[in-house]
Amino acid sequence: MTAISVSSLSKRYGKTRALDNVSIEVQRGEMVALIGASGSGKSTLIRHIAGLEVGDGEAGKVVVLGEVSQTAGRLVRGRPAGRVAVIFQQFNLVGRLSVLTNVLIGHLGRVPRWRGTLGLFSRSEREKAATALARVGIPSVAAQRSSTLSGGQQQRAAIARTLVQEAEILIADEPISALDPSSARRVMDVLANINSQDSITILVSLHQIEYARRYCKRTIAMRDGRVVYDGPSTSLSNSFLAELYGDASEELVLPKSPAEPLPARLVRSSCLKPVHVLA
Amino acid sequence: MNGMDQTVSTPRPTAFKLIKAIGDRATSSPNAGHGSGGRRNLFLLALLVAALSWSWGPAEISRWTYLFTDSGNMAEYAAGFLRPDFSDWRHYLEEMLVTIQIALWGTFLAVVLSVPFGILSAHNMAPWWVLQPVRRLMDLFRAIHEVVFAVLFVVSVGLGPFAGVMALFIHTTGILAKLFSEAVEAIDPRPVEAIRTTGASRVQQVIYGVIPQVLPLWISYSLYRLESNVRSATVLGIIGAGGIGQVLFESIRAFYYPEASAILIIVVITVTIMDLISQLLRRLVI
Repeated sequence: MTAISVSSLSKRYGKTRALDNVSIEVQRGEMVALIGASGSGKSTLIRHIAGLEVGDGEAGKVVVLGEVSQTAGRLVRGRPAGRVAVIFQQFNLVGRLSVLTNVLIGHLGRVPRWRGTLGLFSRSEREKAATALARVGIPSVAAQRSSTLSGGQQQRAAIARTLVQEAEILIADEPISALDPSSARRVMDVLANINSQDSITILVSLHQIEYARRYCKRTIAMRDGRVVYDGPSTSLSNSFLAELYGDASEELVLPKSPAEPLPARLVRSSCLKPVHVLA
Repeated sequence: MNGMDQTVSTPRPTAFKLIKAIGDRATSSPNAGHGSGGRRNLFLLALLVAALSWSWGPAEISRWTYLFTDSGNMAEYAAGFLRPDFSDWRHYLEEMLVTIQIALWGTFLAVVLSVPFGILSAHNMAPWWVLQPVRRLMDLFRAIHEVVFAVLFVVSVGLGPFAGVMALFIHTTGILAKLFSEAVEAIDPRPVEAIRTTGASRVQQVIYGVIPQVLPLWISYSLYRLESNVRSATVLGIIGAGGIGQVLFESIRAFYYPEASAILIIVVITVTIMDLISQLLRRLVI
């Protein structure tokens, strides 16, 4: 069954075409990578699927789990709220609230309005939030203000919020590009785990092809607002990327580390003092 | 008299044109400051000098010499205040408390109303057809001085503290709603967006996404207004809204300067204590 279906979606911001007649389909249970250089339209596409933006023109349409979310440049009234959970590049937690409260926010679309508004969450709802935090590997930070967490921890708290939300689809807008490599891997591991254990459909936009090859079977590549590749991640070799993106392909590939560490030596630079490089 | 009128009226249009010119420059070329910084500063200085000399006559600044030639009068008057008479201090303290209570209620009611009004007059929260009427209403509340409101309320609810509460309430609402809305306009919209994707309602987005971000500033502004309202409530007493101001004004009018002096000292000490308490509260909450 189709989880996400986007057809003929276009969007302009002033003169730039952010999305140019984009059509994609994602099946239930898939974990799909969305790659592309900066400004290729990844984030714009994700914001449209999340219902945060509406497209231009009559033809554009977004269908989520069989229900129309937006069509002809208008969000559909009475569309089911909260069925697509979203993770953002900058985590977007509320910094002054505790981590637990941030995770509890995931319940808002499901509990009765008055209870959510007054913040009266039941014991089982609190337990569920705590369980979600344990699952993403940060059970001990629940009472802390979320602004005190590291970037990787914040992103995992944001994932815990989407777990509580119990959405069947999770879309992630460059979830790891603000993180250091080891935090990035941990976040991607959590996403892959959610995909395989809970069979939640995941669409994740990535800046680096290595992560797409490692975590996702299928990759959709975008350039200048258009889908330029849609197929197995393994077929996306570095040389094919260079063909697709030209010089811009460099930013999509992690720089190669030297085969052998450089020998430690005293560096005499043009500075006044010699700089010692410690091996 | 005629000559003075002319000097007053002629520079007015030029001054307005100049102000407009500065505004145009600022909006049209944001980078203009780099190349012509010196010339711009000179221009602003000239503008300031022009505005000050334009206001010289009407504000009667030329009378400054009287400060020295007639300083004897002042000294004589001030001498009456040199021996404060605290014999009636119990009464003064009671009235001082009434003034604080007026300020407390006036500020509290204003804070309660400023939360919805502040959110509704923030351009990132409300559509223009809500924003504009609310903002204009707040302008009205703010533009009219507490004393004027107090006179109006004295007519309707009678002489006494409640008229003072209402006057402070209305005027402070106008001020706090504006300050509150400016804080709301400066928030980071991204956490609010994230909350929206969970299926939260508009009100829930405000409660979980907006309020936590603006709360420290809101508390700070409210405490500051409480302090200023203690001062304002003193003045309101003078026009019959009860409290220490009324006692102060009565003793000045009856030439009981030692008593007036004691009252002034109590007011100054109270305002200082209020300042210390609000600093403490701010540190506790933020």
